[in-house]
Amino acid sequence: MWIAHTPSMDRPIFRKARWDIALLTIAALAILFLPAFVAAAPPTARIYRIEARSFEYTPPTIQVNQGDNLTIEFASTDVVHGLYIDGYDLNVVADPRQTATLTFIADRSGSFRFRCSVTCGALHPFMIGKLEVGVNWLWWQAVGFTVLTVIAVSRLPKSSRLWKSDLT
Amino acid sequence: MTRYDLTPLVQPLLKNRLPQFVVQAIALGGFVFAIIAGLIGTPVGSRNFSIVFVWIGWWALLMLIAVPLFGRAWCSVCPIPLAGEWLQHGAMLKPNGKGFGLNRRWHNKFRNIWLQNISFTLVALFSAVVLTQPNITSIVLIVFLFVAFAASLIFERRAFCRYLCPVGGFIGLYSQVAPVEVRVKDSAVCAVHTEKSCYAGNAEGYGCPWQVYPGALTKNTYCGTCLECLRTCPHDNVAIQLRPFGADLLKPHGRKLDEAFKAFIMLGSAMIYSAVMLGSWGQLKAAAYAVGSSAWLLYAFAFLIFIFGVLPASFFVATSFNRKSFTHFAYALIPLGLLAWIAFSLSFVFANASYLLPAISDPFGWGWNLFGTVDFKWTPLLTQVTPTLQAAALIIGLAWSSKTAMQIGEQINAKARGVIAFCFVITLGMLWLLVG
Repeated sequence: MWIAHTPSMDRPIFRKARWDIALLTIAALAILFLPAFVAAAPPTARIYRIEARSFEYTPPTIQVNQGDNLTIEFASTDVVHGLYIDGYDLNVVADPRQTATLTFIADRSGSFRFRCSVTCGALHPFMIGKLEVGVNWLWWQAVGFTVLTVIAVSRLPKSSRLWKSDLT
Repeated sequence: MTRYDLTPLVQPLLKNRLPQFVVQAIALGGFVFAIIAGLIGTPVGSRNFSIVFVWIGWWALLMLIAVPLFGRAWCSVCPIPLAGEWLQHGAMLKPNGKGFGLNRRWHNKFRNIWLQNISFTLVALFSAVVLTQPNITSIVLIVFLFVAFAASLIFERRAFCRYLCPVGGFIGLYSQVAPVEVRVKDSAVCAVHTEKSCYAGNAEGYGCPWQVYPGALTKNTYCGTCLECLRTCPHDNVAIQLRPFGADLLKPHGRKLDEAFKAFIMLGSAMIYSAVMLGSWGQLKAAAYAVGSSAWLLYAFAFLIFIFGVLPASFFVATSFNRKSFTHFAYALIPLGLLAWIAFSLSFVFANASYLLPAISDPFGWGWNLFGTVDFKWTPLLTQVTPTLQAAALIIGLAWSSKTAMQIGEQINAKARGVIAFCFVITLGMLWLLVG
């Protein structure tokens, strides 16, 4: 939205605020587009074995590089369990003391929860593990924006409408 | 501050008791049905109406919509106090002057939310069991029902809602951020109105069940939005107003230690729930679930130490060991706490919302198929965007809390840097738990 220029905007506080806004915008864009400039590790084929028992996965977290051809050998040691990977929308089910296999290319980077897809007992909705693919950019971007947020708020001019809007 | 009076639009609908009564009756029916389903239905939580509709359906409605947008709107239709209140009033709709009960005054010593802080903490300590076992959910709901009923018979007005309800405590705290309020239009009109019918009641309605004098109401915290004052005011001086989000947080009067601790309890619980329920630590889940075991005792001890010790002690350091600053600045944690709960609930609700369809067709898990949806497969929703939404919610919470801290700092002439640093660390912790 274009904001019409008014004489009051030439006041030093607004000139300073404009610099702050410009710098913060550049920093925000840098955080947003940083992943595009970082090279990922070369992809490889990996095989992980994940064992499920009520109500946990072992290992609870697996780490791969972005682009890896990942094979998960999924075994259940007690009742029927499933493994559904958030973000990838993939699902595999293992019968008791059986192993099922899921192979896919981990082409999306980030931290993805995997969760049991077959009702297996009381804590079933909370039976969760973690697949970490390459760099978890969302996490680093969130950290970056968290820092920017604190800077932006602490530099908010006290004469701004945002500051005064809800002071009674 | 800008306010928009919504009363002309909604007054005819809200002055009439029938619409509210219909919603209450539906809620009561659902509540009783959830209790029955929990007691006689399948013990498998994800197939039982009680777990699915209470902890997924109702919880989503409450934390993602009702509280952030309408404050205590849920309290205005909550079924828990109804039976006792109907008996106390001797009527289900308009007053008829045939009330029943001892009508005792609540003890001055307990006119605060410490008991609500304790009741919420107790439920939270057992949450891994309460949220997953239908029969335990039913027992908890029955206990709420009986305590509310007994409180209505012994004490005046809604003592349970005001001083005991574990849910009402945090709804009240977070209702301060909601963009809706019930307030008098002109306090001068109230000053000369000697009957004070909004508090005493009249033929049109009951005196404020929440023991609040609407003429002096400045915050949403203890206004149950029951709308009795709208009905009893002979001067039509009560309005439902739209206002900026978080308007109550900057009211410097009435900030109290019990409410400050509620902010810590809620913030700490959101973090612990995120670790226990959404984390990948199986042993932590097992400890939270094994009530009575040594692992559970250790978990309970750590839970209590975290919310009543670590968080307040760190905040005390952040507020330069000043008790006044501690209490005032604690209100800056309210937006972050609410957004932390929203971030937690997004993951939990989106992942499990698809259980609602089979549960409505087969509420007891007995193989029924009432609406043809029993075979609907578990389908997690929006899993690609949920972490981004959670991160965004937490960052908004941090921005809001930081700004509120700076404004409170201006009011009490204290530095907000330590509070902002505290919020920053909490936000990083929540981000790590949810998207890390």
